[in-house]
Amino acid sequence: MASRYIANTPAEQREMLTTVGAASIEDLLVKIPAKARLSRPLALPSALAESDLVRHMRALAARNADADRFVCFMGAGSYDHFVPSPIDHLISRGEFFTAYTPYQPEASQGTLRTIYEYQTMIAELTGMDVANASIYDGASSLAEAALMAHAVTERDEVVLARGVNPLYRRVVATYCDGPGIRLRDVPAPEGVLDLDAAGRLVTGKTAALVVQSPNFYGALEDVAAAAELAHAAGALLVVVSDPVNLGVLEAPGRLGADIVVGEGQGLGVPMSFGGPNLGVFAARAELVRRIPGRLVGATVDRDGARGFVLTLQTREQHIRRAKATSNICTNVALCALMATIYLSTLGKQGLRRVGELSAAKAHYAAERLTAIPGVSLRFAQPFFKEFVLRLPKPPTSVVARLARRRILPGVPLKTYDRALADSLLVAVTEQRTREEIDAYAGALAEVLK
Amino acid sequence: MSGAPVYDKLVFELSSPGRVGFSLPEADVPGAAVDELIPKKFLRGDAPRLPEVSEFDVVRHYSRLSRMNYGVDTHFYPLGSCTMKYNPKLNEDMARLAGFARLHPLVRDEDAQGALELMYDLGQMLAEIAGMDAVSLQPAAGAQGELAGVLMIRAYHRARGEKRTKVLIPDSAHGTNPASTALAGYDVVEVKSLPNGEVDLEALASAVAPDVAAFMITVPNTLGMFEPRIMEITEICHARGVQVYMDGANLNAILGITRPGDLGFDVCHFNLHKTFTTPHGGGGPGAGPVGVRSHLEPFLPAPVVVKDGDAYALDWKRPKSIGKLQAFWGNVGMLVRAYTYIRTMGGDGLRSVSDNAVLNANYVMKRLEADYDVSVPGPCMHECVLSARRQKRRGVTATDIAKRLLDLGFYAPSTYFPLIVEEALMIEPTETESKETLDAFCDAMIQIARETEQDPAVIHEAPVTTPVRRLDQTRAAREPNLTWSPKG
Repeated sequence: MASRYIANTPAEQREMLTTVGAASIEDLLVKIPAKARLSRPLALPSALAESDLVRHMRALAARNADADRFVCFMGAGSYDHFVPSPIDHLISRGEFFTAYTPYQPEASQGTLRTIYEYQTMIAELTGMDVANASIYDGASSLAEAALMAHAVTERDEVVLARGVNPLYRRVVATYCDGPGIRLRDVPAPEGVLDLDAAGRLVTGKTAALVVQSPNFYGALEDVAAAAELAHAAGALLVVVSDPVNLGVLEAPGRLGADIVVGEGQGLGVPMSFGGPNLGVFAARAELVRRIPGRLVGATVDRDGARGFVLTLQTREQHIRRAKATSNICTNVALCALMATIYLSTLGKQGLRRVGELSAAKAHYAAERLTAIPGVSLRFAQPFFKEFVLRLPKPPTSVVARLARRRILPGVPLKTYDRALADSLLVAVTEQRTREEIDAYAGALAEVLK
Repeated sequence: MSGAPVYDKLVFELSSPGRVGFSLPEADVPGAAVDELIPKKFLRGDAPRLPEVSEFDVVRHYSRLSRMNYGVDTHFYPLGSCTMKYNPKLNEDMARLAGFARLHPLVRDEDAQGALELMYDLGQMLAEIAGMDAVSLQPAAGAQGELAGVLMIRAYHRARGEKRTKVLIPDSAHGTNPASTALAGYDVVEVKSLPNGEVDLEALASAVAPDVAAFMITVPNTLGMFEPRIMEITEICHARGVQVYMDGANLNAILGITRPGDLGFDVCHFNLHKTFTTPHGGGGPGAGPVGVRSHLEPFLPAPVVVKDGDAYALDWKRPKSIGKLQAFWGNVGMLVRAYTYIRTMGGDGLRSVSDNAVLNANYVMKRLEADYDVSVPGPCMHECVLSARRQKRRGVTATDIAKRLLDLGFYAPSTYFPLIVEEALMIEPTETESKETLDAFCDAMIQIARETEQDPAVIHEAPVTTPVRRLDQTRAAREPNLTWSPKG
């Protein structure tokens, strides 16, 4: 049967074959040896008409506890922040959506300008000099930062605070296996970096110290102290930071960070079960020629008019091949565009407001939830929009029971740290209403009775 | 020059203090100001310098910027090796269903059964398409799929107590191949191709020493040709304990015709943003699942989506896994689109995709072979590589031709790749383009060949219809200006 995604009719195929000088399409496949040919049709489900497929997809989608139907208090690297309507309308314009990497800059000024705007906004938020066009996600951005620190310092160890998202730490381990970079963990017994322990682990062999703030437990780290410690040993400080928080929280660059990475999903990118996300990557100007991935720069055209191009490409795989600063090619340009439109829409005041509302609601939620007998904050640290609760019953069973009430109460931490088997990580964004928080507190009190 | 005034604003230049483009609710919780909740040393002193614009400013600005781009929706985009085919609108609707788009990655498996079922089934379908035994959907793009594949090969050799330090890669390969391989800790050894782009079997046989871990090759190759002795190649490698990796960038040529697994490959990756119609987005996100034969399955990135009876789960108990590649489970939004596409096409439909992709490429090559040198005689597979060496003798380079095509209403082919072809123009029309479009493109290419002889000035002047003319790349690199500041 004819497919709506293929234009050629049988008559056109015959006409084209005549031009080519072949009797059939089969004649064009002569270089494929007979024994290499698949002798049967692909065993795939048969084609579905559009209307049937929509029905099937809706049925699949309905079996997921999405944040439209469930009240979401989950974070740990993916957050239910509000997405203003213009974003999806604008990114869906085919000129953006169906273009590729801007290899021909004259016909790609739209994409190039948005990336230049994105780089500017990320540099401003993080307090760094330069930002790249994006990496896949926060975790792979951090892995790239570890590789870059190794290349810049020619040292072989990276020291990671335990407050760095454990899922990120696993990605860093994967990327550091090839180059043989050794990873060391600094404990966080009180929920933040143990500076004394860090001082012992950060040495003349250390390429970078990595801290996350707010960290995996939601706690705010003393980034300036970490910077001092790293720099005293000649190591770089890498800070993992969620840019959506940086309307309110201090820019890591002003606290001494050399590289800032993070997950930009909160900037208007849907959660989508964990991807695609937005890997943010920013650095000090001196490091620009070691940065992984695409960079867009301003220049002029033949007539002196302002224009934009991909630049400093001699860092990249298509030129430098085995000696490139990274293997990345395709990144997540469209997610960077979402973030650019998000930050334009929210602007100077809006991003601050998102941070203020999230912080206020998170602190209100913490107060309501810890008023329940047996429930307490696991760590006595300042936090922003996320915090760890200690529960008197196993968190996994609490999650199961609250799911029946269409509440996603948080992320049980046992999987990530056995010492936190009694702990639940709770995130509260500006999206949550007082009513929802009160309902959560009420439901939790009931299941803990 | 084009007559219409060109839009030359950045969003920062639209900013007016006090203007807002957002609507957020008033605080509904009794609460203190943020500086009473959080110690001052953690707070930002001044607000970040973001634009202050209205919602309509945003909409008009980005709408106008979008018009400064060519995309597949608006222009024929014959960018070789990138498979710039039509991106179905239905895929977009499906990826935006709240059940997928609004799903948090850390919900319990029982709260994500629909998403996990889709992922499991997509993995099964990709395995069938490639003749592989197992698939990981986690890699975020082709290059990350390559890294995953090479790391699995490394783990496999390690588990067998073998120390192998080198990976062989043809000189015609994509740049990501050597870059990913080096990142995985291997020394890259470049293998020279024959003049026709095929693997030199003698050179290969002498190169596959006991310290070689893998041979990495693109099929069809980057000249758009099927490697006729591919099965001998995989046999030579296997006889010496060398794993064979297939770069799946060109999979659009062989759907239902032949399968990497049946050709003897141990690993291959898929570019869902090429063959399986997920949008390229101006440079991603893509998705780069990786398929393996059973001996490599224990090493797959964790977690793996598994099925037990009617229930689906993320299986974390993978002691031999190479680890994780991104924080969560893959670019699920892209997986939903690819799944929608495969269910739209079915097996016969996918076969027809490759048949028509091959036909379209051969048609273009035939129509252009009198005016341009072909790098290798046909028939080709899904793309053809021409050389502008004839034009270069008259002072017209591949870049010049690319720029002139922009004026004639087409995006440009890939240029200067593969590296082994002088003045390469790599053209991949894809199956979704009609004969009329191909004819119009070929007419334009033939016109440029004539202009090369008769009026090269018009080519050197090009482009003149785009928002900017040729850009000064040297200045951009020498004085990097990577962020906007009020001074400009």
